[in-house]
Amino acid sequence: MNLLADVLAGIGRPVLGVCFTAGRLALFALEGLSHLLRPPFHFRRFGAALVEMAYFSLPVVALTAIFTGMVLALQSYTGFARFSAQGAVASVVVLSMTRELGPVLAGLMVAGRVGAATAAEIGTMRVTDQIDALSTLSTDPMKYLVAPRLLAGIVALPMLVVVADILGVFGGFIVSTASLGFNPAIYLHSTFTYLETMDVASGLIKAAVFGFLIALMGCYNGYTSRGGAQGVGHATTAAVVSASILILAFDYVLTQLFFAR
Amino acid sequence: MTGSLPKIRVRGLAKSFGEKHVLDGVDLEVPAGTSMVVIGGSGSGKSVLIKCILGLIEPDAGRIEIDGVDLLSLSPRKRRAMTARIGMLFQNGALFDSLPVWENVAFGLMAQKMLRRVEARARAGEILGQLGLAASVGELFPAELSGGMQKRVALARAIAATPDILFFDEPTTGLDPIMGAVIDGLILDCVKRLGSTAVAITHDMASAQRIGDAAAMLHGGRIVWSGPAASLLESGNPLVDQFTHGRREGPIRMELRA
Repeated sequence: MNLLADVLAGIGRPVLGVCFTAGRLALFALEGLSHLLRPPFHFRRFGAALVEMAYFSLPVVALTAIFTGMVLALQSYTGFARFSAQGAVASVVVLSMTRELGPVLAGLMVAGRVGAATAAEIGTMRVTDQIDALSTLSTDPMKYLVAPRLLAGIVALPMLVVVADILGVFGGFIVSTASLGFNPAIYLHSTFTYLETMDVASGLIKAAVFGFLIALMGCYNGYTSRGGAQGVGHATTAAVVSASILILAFDYVLTQLFFAR
Repeated sequence: MTGSLPKIRVRGLAKSFGEKHVLDGVDLEVPAGTSMVVIGGSGSGKSVLIKCILGLIEPDAGRIEIDGVDLLSLSPRKRRAMTARIGMLFQNGALFDSLPVWENVAFGLMAQKMLRRVEARARAGEILGQLGLAASVGELFPAELSGGMQKRVALARAIAATPDILFFDEPTTGLDPIMGAVIDGLILDCVKRLGSTAVAITHDMASAQRIGDAAAMLHGGRIVWSGPAASLLESGNPLVDQFTHGRREGPIRMELRA
């Protein structure tokens, strides 16, 4: 009987822990978003977060997208050659990039770069009393630190994904025309023939959700960090891991929502 | 009647973290325009006490009055308005390391007094000057400053919005004795110039006697002694005597295990 109770307690404790964290995270997100609707607004903070998230992430997202587009063209060409469907390479590249790979890879790259930096910065502010200092200076830390970053995440990721989509398609175009023998005009024609507005729009909506999740996990883990340098280290790791998992999970949910018939 | 009302009055303040009762019925009164120094061992709850007054930590029980108004009975908005009258110098400075010095100093001016950036920047320069820092320091970032300069900048930030209450959390910790005396002198100047009521917590007996009119000792979650700061070294209280003279033997037993 005791053994059964121990087993059930062993299962129940982490389940309750997850529920508790999910609840706290939801309240944190709602409070952060509510500050976007109530003045004062910290436009300068929003601008700085947008530059950090969009502009400085551009090189890593661009490189990831262009190489992904190149590999995608090569892989689909060699795969489709088995049943003489090489002509579909252009469509596969553009649909894969816009619907899936653009938003997911950009999201994962930004989660690694910005999510970690956000958690480290806010976590350090927490353990060095800077967040308390904000409160003593009549500034709500949620409004000053969290809300601008959440908005920046929602705006920045779609901008990056537009670039990633274009460069991914360009990477596929380069490989296909330079080494796979495709005619450039025919390749471009194939690229746009089967591309629909929804393919691009769904990717951009996904990107906005991923950007929000990256900013949220960075802010939440930093804001709730405790215990000095080690606590900040844990917060940084947790921010990247949780944002990456949430990106993949929400990618499935959103794909189901947009494309499941 | 109003004349005799203390600026800060704390009654039966209690705060526990799990099983640990950090504050267990703290009573404290600070008359307007005076400086109170709170001493006590590490982990005795000095910082928790001032964080409770500032609204950074929610106490479990008790009353915290400023000018006779119980902060804990106010709505969050009114409470924030009351605590906005308090300037705070944090132990490690807690300067915003992503902002230049002038913006650290001007932060409260822009957030509380709604000054425009240009005006706030000029005012920050004046305040830095009052604390013996050149205007060019305003362009530096906190990481580029020495410990003593960081303390001065933190003090400048605390007094910038001319608060009527000032809290100092271990203002001389980590400084050499000369710089400690300089910071104490600046604190005294600021408190006198602003006519503020001040509460300082410190381990530094020389500092306590320099900046305090009155002193109180926090031990076991309660105020166990209070009196003039000048009498700290000969209080006649065995707890205070052991603490102020740094004796190993005495009624205070240090917890060597967590």
